[in-house]
Amino acid sequence: MSNQVALTGNEAIANAMRQINPDVVAAYPITPQTEIVQIFSQFVADGEVDTDFVTVESEHSAMSASVGASASGARAMTATAANGLALMWEILYIAASTRLPIVMPVVNRALSGPINIHCDHSDSMGARDSGWIQLYAENAQEAYDNTIQAFKIGEHEDVKLPVMVNMDGFIISHAVENFNILADEDVQEFIGEYNPEHTLLDAENPITVGPIDLQDYYFEHKRQQSEAVKHAKKVVAEVAEEYNELTGRGFSYFEEYKLDDAEVGIVALGSTTGTAKAAVDNLRDEGIKAGLLKLRLYRPFPAEEITEALSNLKVLAVLDRAETFSDTGGPVFADIRSALYNADSEIEAVNYIYGLGGRDTQVDEIEAVYKDLQDILESGEVEERVQYLGVRE
Amino acid sequence: MATLTEIRWHGRGGQGSKTASILLGKVASKTGKNIQAFPEYGPERMGAPVLAFNRISENELTVHCQVTEPSIVVVLDPTLLEVVDVTEGVPEDGTIIVNTNKSPGKIKEKLDFAGEVFTVDANEISTYELGAPFPNTPMLGALIKATGILEFEDFKVQIKKEFEKKFASKPEVIEGNMNCIDRAYQEVRN
Repeated sequence: MSNQVALTGNEAIANAMRQINPDVVAAYPITPQTEIVQIFSQFVADGEVDTDFVTVESEHSAMSASVGASASGARAMTATAANGLALMWEILYIAASTRLPIVMPVVNRALSGPINIHCDHSDSMGARDSGWIQLYAENAQEAYDNTIQAFKIGEHEDVKLPVMVNMDGFIISHAVENFNILADEDVQEFIGEYNPEHTLLDAENPITVGPIDLQDYYFEHKRQQSEAVKHAKKVVAEVAEEYNELTGRGFSYFEEYKLDDAEVGIVALGSTTGTAKAAVDNLRDEGIKAGLLKLRLYRPFPAEEITEALSNLKVLAVLDRAETFSDTGGPVFADIRSALYNADSEIEAVNYIYGLGGRDTQVDEIEAVYKDLQDILESGEVEERVQYLGVRE
Repeated sequence: MATLTEIRWHGRGGQGSKTASILLGKVASKTGKNIQAFPEYGPERMGAPVLAFNRISENELTVHCQVTEPSIVVVLDPTLLEVVDVTEGVPEDGTIIVNTNKSPGKIKEKLDFAGEVFTVDANEISTYELGAPFPNTPMLGALIKATGILEFEDFKVQIKKEFEKKFASKPEVIEGNMNCIDRAYQEVRN
């Protein structure tokens, strides 16, 4: 059973956390995430959850406390953004390599500097190689749905990995939208009980967590981690299917929007994909065969499925809300081009960096990208491989 | 009602423009509309000019860019007319509703705006009903009358429920706020 409510993205995630009722939440405030742990702290104070709410002194400690709790067999969560995620860096890798299914909402915000509190993906994109599973959301509904699914993905016996649930700062976190919230008991039934195979508190079966691991076994353990990531892809799809049966919503790796017969397409993730849908609709009215692929799962990267879905396109633009400073384009672009190369694809692909530091991206700006793709389609020539959308130059 | 209505709220930090946009969004949601309500994204600034926005639609809302061409503008503070161009991006057939004791004609002339201008003295109404100037709730009543975006009786039923949640710890202000909405609905003029 579900019920339509009008809440902010932060309220949506805080309510998902209430319904999950995690054993431990480590909390440290940072804009635009602060509301999540603030609202959740009220649920704790009101006795609506059984969670041990640990107020720590930094994000490094928040992730460390989550690691400790998760290693003890607890369902552990924390939430952060931008510089808070950066301060967790060391422990992010430890959480993943220790195979701890922590769930962390990240309310995407530009990483300093210059200091900025608004949305881009420079925080989570930097963490793309940390070993965390990464899910992205277009709106509050998807952020809520991803939070509910995250434990079920991360805790799966073939996975045992932490999951980062990304949601665009302010644009989604602080905007009220309609979404459907599940009944508390349906969430509990969906996520089930967590029975970890090994825990620090299992005195009958003592284990060591986090010992030194030198030339003799470090490599094998990293190899196992790579295998777990491979398994995660399958599990993400299974969990999405199960969630779809419960709610009628969702998709596994990405959403295809009017992509079937499209000639020009965009690949993007986050809230701007919603704006891009409006651009696609407008262009379709003009007779332009425009389409969109909205990524949900970014790590692991579903390369084969993406290239299959894009195979009918002639020209493609990848929109990146983060810069890599590689001088070869944004992070999603690099992954997509690599995937297209593996597939022997002849699709011409270009890249637009957009929306850094919260810069607004309007429907007509995305329409202009599609028009650029039309030009490439007609001329067969790419003048600039990587461009910057909506910047003053 | 048009398929999509976009609204911009002008206020000063602390006057409740964000709250007004959220209340309107929640009420419109309860009456079956697709909605968005969001403030201008930025630090809280007491007394400084601030913005809030609504999108209300019969269809699914997917756009997540800013509202740049609102057909409806609500101004919570008359002094903003001196410092902000409240007509920016508003089409010629748009509607601007201002909290002021001046006549609509005077404001229309001052703004040099071709569309409809409504005025209501929301400060006087809320000072009488609530003991202090809280212009946001009366301006909701004025907005409903001026634009007809929601059916007034439905609006009242739903906003009362929102007030009962919002003011759970001080229920004595609910009646005053409902009176503010009623009076502004009656008194707004163009």
